[in-house]
Amino acid sequence: MSLIVADDLTKTYTTGTVRMDALKDVTFTIDRASFVTFIGPSGSGKTTLLNLIGALDRPTTGRLLVADTDVSTLDRRAAAAFRGQTIGFIFQEFNLMPVLTAYENVEYPLLLIQRVAAAERRRRVLALLEAVGVADQHDKYPDQLSGGQKQRIAVARALVTNPQLVLADEPTANLDHANAALVMSTMRRMRDTLKTTFVFSTHDPRVMAEAEIVFRLEDGRLVGRDVTGAAA
Amino acid sequence: MSTLIKIAVRNLTRYRRRSFLTASLIAIGVIAVVVFEAASGAFTGLMIGQMTDAMLGHLQVHRRGYVASIDNLPLTLMLTPADVAVVEQTLRAQPGVESYSRRLKFGAMFSNYTETTALRLNGVHPEDEWRTLPLLASRITRGTATLEKGHIIIPDLLANGMGVKLGDTVVVIATNRDGSVNAAQLVVSGVLANVTGPSGRDGYLHIEDAMSLLRMDAPEISEIAVRLKDFDQLDQVAGAVRSALQQSTTAGRIAETEVHTWEGLSPFYNVAVLINILALSATLGLVAIVLVSVMNVMLMSVYERVKEIGTIAAMGTMPRTILSMFVIEGLSLGVLGILIGDAVAAAAILGINVIGPTFNFGRETGLVLSPQVDLWQMLIISGVVLFVAVVGTVQPAFKASRMEPVEALRHG
Repeated sequence: MSLIVADDLTKTYTTGTVRMDALKDVTFTIDRASFVTFIGPSGSGKTTLLNLIGALDRPTTGRLLVADTDVSTLDRRAAAAFRGQTIGFIFQEFNLMPVLTAYENVEYPLLLIQRVAAAERRRRVLALLEAVGVADQHDKYPDQLSGGQKQRIAVARALVTNPQLVLADEPTANLDHANAALVMSTMRRMRDTLKTTFVFSTHDPRVMAEAEIVFRLEDGRLVGRDVTGAAA
Repeated sequence: MSTLIKIAVRNLTRYRRRSFLTASLIAIGVIAVVVFEAASGAFTGLMIGQMTDAMLGHLQVHRRGYVASIDNLPLTLMLTPADVAVVEQTLRAQPGVESYSRRLKFGAMFSNYTETTALRLNGVHPEDEWRTLPLLASRITRGTATLEKGHIIIPDLLANGMGVKLGDTVVVIATNRDGSVNAAQLVVSGVLANVTGPSGRDGYLHIEDAMSLLRMDAPEISEIAVRLKDFDQLDQVAGAVRSALQQSTTAGRIAETEVHTWEGLSPFYNVAVLINILALSATLGLVAIVLVSVMNVMLMSVYERVKEIGTIAAMGTMPRTILSMFVIEGLSLGVLGILIGDAVAAAAILGINVIGPTFNFGRETGLVLSPQVDLWQMLIISGVVLFVAVVGTVQPAFKASRMEPVEALRHG
């Protein structure tokens, strides 16, 4: 069953009289509970595609269904509400709020987006901090944590709302090999446990190997789809 | 809401020095306005007290047209005994009136047998006058604060200028309403300092001496000075008295009268208005300080946190929540400035009272400035600052809430 259906997606940026196609005629589907990556060189359209899937931007043409919702038609508020209920985000630079502790960062979406009751919030936050292996760091602020710890907290924050989809743009780009491997194995484990679909972008070959399906992008076009050994 | 407040406060402590400087700027503005308003309020209150409690009374009743001709002290625009009876009845019926004093005012010549000069005299019932002007006794710098028949209290200008001493016999010469001249010998029993300055030429004598001098069979009255129980009720009581007297006039019981509050009788009222305008200007200055400083710091805050805003927007935070986050931050900055400002201002006002600075006004010397901490006034100023802090935050907060997450996330 497909969670994401992209049909002939094109995204064109116009600067003055100059038009630039960031994505051209991209068509694919991604099933639920998949562990998928988009790869390609810089400027190939990975981030643009993730932005479209995440309802952060709209395609110029084409249709994009995410969790049965046509995200290309959502207005600003509806898109925000959709993201808050359906999608978790993991960023290359972690993007934790520096004034909140690890616990509070994970709690934030439950508190200010989904408005979950206190007891349920506490249960879910502690469970996820435990699951990603940073429970003992719950009262630390981001500047007191290592890169790997920050990204695992970001993973917990992305998953705490029980999203159907987690989007991660270059999640290991700012991590050393050991921490990158740890974060990837954490993400994979969480997918196995929660059955959440993970879609991420990378250009790191070691990270690509963790993905079950690899989509290759070049110059805004989808040029390949590979099923890797990780899928077995 | 508590989470938004927590985030706001933590973001303020994150940029500790900048927040402290901005809060200090707001605090300085609050201190300046609160202390200035307290000091100017104390000064005007003291001056108004001097005017009303030592000279004018809180309000006065005259025959219509008298005040317009008051420089001439006309004897042709008097309240007759019948008029006075109605006015007294009206005043006694007003629960806000504490006391009143009937005055027979006239111009006279004053002679110590070697020199002669002009003088304005007030014929009064001493007990009524003293009750209505409780500070009058303090103006009597020499002699006793009493006035018996056959005695006169003269302004110190005359006493000093003509070398008149307590117990001296002087002659007062006056022209009555019919144009005939009469004179009386009186004994100087007191010397009076003038509230308004060295030009004062007002003296006091017993009303029966005044009637005798002016050859009046029945006491006609130039003005009735009124003291209220509560000065803050001035306009209400004046309105009620005015209305009641107007009804009596309409009913044909008395001649047309006019009721003036101290504001219409003393030029100091214009000074008080000017001081109030200055206080308003100081408040407007405070508004400008708060508006510019809060807007500036919040704009900087938004520009520095574009990526954070993009992140929380991407996660699904609604624009109104982002707006609230920044408005609360600006509001917290205002609250911090207000708390510091009010506390320091209150301490400064208490300090002024401990020091007890004195000043002179006219011939009054050693007047002690005693500003009071006015909680209501502080509340109003604090409310204005809070409102302006919110206004100063709205534009940056709106800008933050309208950011496109995809563009904000690209921000370095």
